[in-house]
Amino acid sequence: MGPPPVRRIVVEREPTVVAPPPSNGRPAPLPDAPMGAKVTERMRIENVSLAYGDRWVVRDVTLPVREGEVLALIGASGSGKTTLLRSLNRLTEVTAGATRAGRVTLDGQEISDLEVTALRRRISMVFQQPNPFPMSVFENVAYALREERRGGRDEEHRGGWRGRRRAGRKELEPAVVEALQRAGLYEEVKADLNHPALRLSGGQQQRLCIARALAANPEVLLLDEPCSALDPISTATIEQLISRLRESVAIVIVTHNLQQAFRVADHVAFMHLGELVEYGSSDQVFDNPRQQRTREYISGAFG
Amino acid sequence: MIHTPMGPAAPSPRPLPSPTASPSRPARQSTGHGQDSISSWPLMDRVGYLLCWAAGLLLCALAAGIVLVMFVKGISYLRPGLLLEHPSASQSQSGSGGFLDPIEGTLLLTAIGIALAAPIGVAVAVWLSEYRRPAALAQAVESGIEMIAGAPSVVLAFFGLLIFARPSLAFLSQTSAGGAVYGRSFFAAGAMMSLLALPLVVSATREGLAQIPAHMREASYALGKTRATTIRRVLLPSIRPSIASGTTLGMGRIIGDTAIVVILLGASLHLEGAGGTPGLSTLRGTGSTLTSYVFENSPAGEGNAPEKAYAAAFVLLMMVLALNMVVTRLSSGKPRWLAGLTGPMLWRWMPWRD
Amino acid sequence: MLRHSRWQRLNLSAERRAELALGAVSVAVLAFVVAMLVTVFVKAWPSFAHNGYIKWFFPGGDVDQQIKAIVNSPPDPAHYVYHLRAWPLLWDTALTTGIAVVLGLVLSVLSAIFIVEFAPQSMKRILEPVVRLLAAVPSVIFGLIGILLVVPWINQHLISQGRKLSVSYVVQLNGAGLLVASLILMVMIVPIMVAITVNALSAVPNSWTEGSAALGVNRWRTMWRVSVRTARPAIIAGAVLATARALGEAIMLALVGGSRSFPVNLLDGRTALFEPVRPLAATIITYKDNLSVVPLSQTLYAMAAVVLVSTAALSLAAWSVKQPLKRYGIRT
Ligand SMILES: Nc1ncnc2c1ncn2[C@@H]1O[C@H](COP(=O)(O)OP(=O)(O)OP(=O)(O)O)[C@@H](O)[C@H]1O
Ligand SMILES: [Mg+2]
Repeated sequence: MGPPPVRRIVVEREPTVVAPPPSNGRPAPLPDAPMGAKVTERMRIENVSLAYGDRWVVRDVTLPVREGEVLALIGASGSGKTTLLRSLNRLTEVTAGATRAGRVTLDGQEISDLEVTALRRRISMVFQQPNPFPMSVFENVAYALREERRGGRDEEHRGGWRGRRRAGRKELEPAVVEALQRAGLYEEVKADLNHPALRLSGGQQQRLCIARALAANPEVLLLDEPCSALDPISTATIEQLISRLRESVAIVIVTHNLQQAFRVADHVAFMHLGELVEYGSSDQVFDNPRQQRTREYISGAFG
Repeated sequence: MIHTPMGPAAPSPRPLPSPTASPSRPARQSTGHGQDSISSWPLMDRVGYLLCWAAGLLLCALAAGIVLVMFVKGISYLRPGLLLEHPSASQSQSGSGGFLDPIEGTLLLTAIGIALAAPIGVAVAVWLSEYRRPAALAQAVESGIEMIAGAPSVVLAFFGLLIFARPSLAFLSQTSAGGAVYGRSFFAAGAMMSLLALPLVVSATREGLAQIPAHMREASYALGKTRATTIRRVLLPSIRPSIASGTTLGMGRIIGDTAIVVILLGASLHLEGAGGTPGLSTLRGTGSTLTSYVFENSPAGEGNAPEKAYAAAFVLLMMVLALNMVVTRLSSGKPRWLAGLTGPMLWRWMPWRD
Repeated sequence: MLRHSRWQRLNLSAERRAELALGAVSVAVLAFVVAMLVTVFVKAWPSFAHNGYIKWFFPGGDVDQQIKAIVNSPPDPAHYVYHLRAWPLLWDTALTTGIAVVLGLVLSVLSAIFIVEFAPQSMKRILEPVVRLLAAVPSVIFGLIGILLVVPWINQHLISQGRKLSVSYVVQLNGAGLLVASLILMVMIVPIMVAITVNALSAVPNSWTEGSAALGVNRWRTMWRVSVRTARPAIIAGAVLATARALGEAIMLALVGGSRSFPVNLLDGRTALFEPVRPLAATIITYKDNLSVVPLSQTLYAMAAVVLVSTAALSLAAWSVKQPLKRYGIRT
């Protein structure tokens, strides 16, 4: 099965809360306790189910997302990983007909109670396919830095109509450079920051998208198969990047590459047909899976 | 029937039927495109093939004929002076002056029309493509735009007359000594002209928006941007060429239209201002354009000066050709043939495409 | 219950404001169209009412004379003259449009097939600007060429003295008339039909045509049987749009139609081709200078209303054309 069809965005709705689908009776797996002192739980996914129309594609998932560690979502194609990930920054709401049941909290607050643009600045996302905007490299990153007209997280910018001003290049330059450096792209593009981003290679484009996502200093970073279009060298760069970032950002990564999940993740969640089958530390899941289905998947019996 | 692969160079083992043989059953050829030789087709098919060539050549001949005629006539009657002289009322062709005023009128009218049509058209297109709620209203607006696109300019001009002849809008047009409002002015004509360009701007913009993949919008939302910001900073900048080509096509429509000018602009010889304020008076006043100048100087009009008509028509055609080149430039690399001539609405009739 | 801070609420409303502003512009455009339909009809109503509504469309007498009577009607509103039987105008409209669309359909489908399938690469590259040019030439230039070059040529070479004499008791033949009018009209509407047809033909999935070619069907038949058939709704839509454009064409027809209204008499055989025509839209242009006469302006608005309704009806017709596609289970 290929990637799911991307539907036209029709409306941005308030999330519809509906009754969850009948659970299959199996108790939701209990999340492990935090490992170290510096690891703090930032987000919590509680009994979340997601549907497109009346088709439930994610059922009753409960997971913690912690700062200071990387959570990897693995599972066969179509098992609902992308859908779950997109629901974390309410991007499912731009898909017509998508509904969510259950709670997702960020620092204890239900995410649908937060203002959506502010939420998305705190929870950034990088997509499967690199998707830079048709602008220059610089503008791509600067775009993320520019404040929304009003509101947003940054209360200093609430000056009403008069307080609104497009930040100039000079002001933004340090932050842009920093974001590019964090994404490990700066050295390659510093000479041509003004070139169109679409002229970069695929790997460079993906790192640009990561830089863009990092620019606004998000607290949670969602990565949907960020390396699926990349060569081994770019992949290694991005994996290093992820291990560097884990100190400061809570990271959730979807990947089909089990080696990669093993390398970068502290905890692994295995999903199958919309259900969370197993959740545990990556050592435990890969060396000593508790569930038969996990064992089969990891040993390549399916998926 | 078994498909026998045959290299393009392989000699045909079959004897070629002669044209007069006219087989009753179509001779089936087991060859792919580009490999079957036309001489082996049934007569009917060959006739069709020839008709296709004839039709294509006819179109070329027509275009070449029009351009050639206008060039020959235009160059033989056009003096540079004509472009810079004001027209004057005279029976003889040599005495009736040049067409400076019509050229100015054309430029002014086009500017007014586009200044109105471009922002409105883009706004409507964005609303239709990006928001469209309530859906029923969006559909009504869509059909409204389609109606404007289909409405003949004579009718638009008549409607404009009704609007601008209202006493409450007297400040936009000329008023007679007795206080009657004529409803004729550059402003009135420009407003109606903008309706000619509006559907073109709308459809070009919508077409551009439709080509931006959904993930581009999502990438922007994922950065915490609102829909409005996404439209302003990502979508509109990236469809600038589409908007430009819609606008240019719209300019072409405005420059080429005659009915609105002769009815709503008054087709007076000179730009005749109305009222005191200099700039405003021209907008409120009447005038003429190249199209109305050609019309009035043709045998059907009052001036009847064919040489002047040819010369002005030549200038008009040059303007249109220049705009045409701009459009071709802008739409090169578009997936569609003659993108812009056929609006996105027309895709409704080719739904098997996606 | 949603909890927003004050500024977050404002942010939402800023977003909402953008939507409302764009929606308002769109609704204004819609309101404008509705207003146009209504006011044109209101203004036109006396003309229909005084002629017994449906009789307005009937034959009966010389339209030019009737209009002259309307122009000369007494200034007292109680004595306005409205008598009009508009059939000759309607008939001429139908004839010119019909001929132009039928001929245009043939020409455009053939040339579209040529462009999509048979034309060598170089021809293909020439034909795009050619069609664009034909679409862009202003109608007044078509009219000018028509009246200054084509009409005199037809008058000299195609109309014999005998033919002129044969109808001289009803109408003078000078070359301007049905033939020139509908041919030039055809040239004017062909580009849009070609453009639509070319796009439709080239949008037919390759697998369909390849499927046909794999059966050993030659290129012409594949084109004709598979592509043209698939593209039929688009071709018809193009023809409908072209019809709307032809109905509304005024300037060119006012120039080359011959300067009098005359219901072309098909019984005259080939002579009918040379008889003058004056469709509705051209009539409106012809009498534009007498708009200050109230009953005449109402009469002209009635003609405009008929044109407007026909073009709107064509849009609806085009809408219904796409319905058959539903049976392929195609989402539109
Ligand atoms: N926009 C949508 N509308 C309707 N159904 C969708 C949509 N997006 C995804 N789906 C369906 O939801 C299910 C889960 O899709 P999802 O993209 O979450 O899977 P995934 O685990 O990310 O797969 P992959 O590994 O291939 O990316 C699939 O069955 C898919 O068909
Ligand atoms: Mg996925």
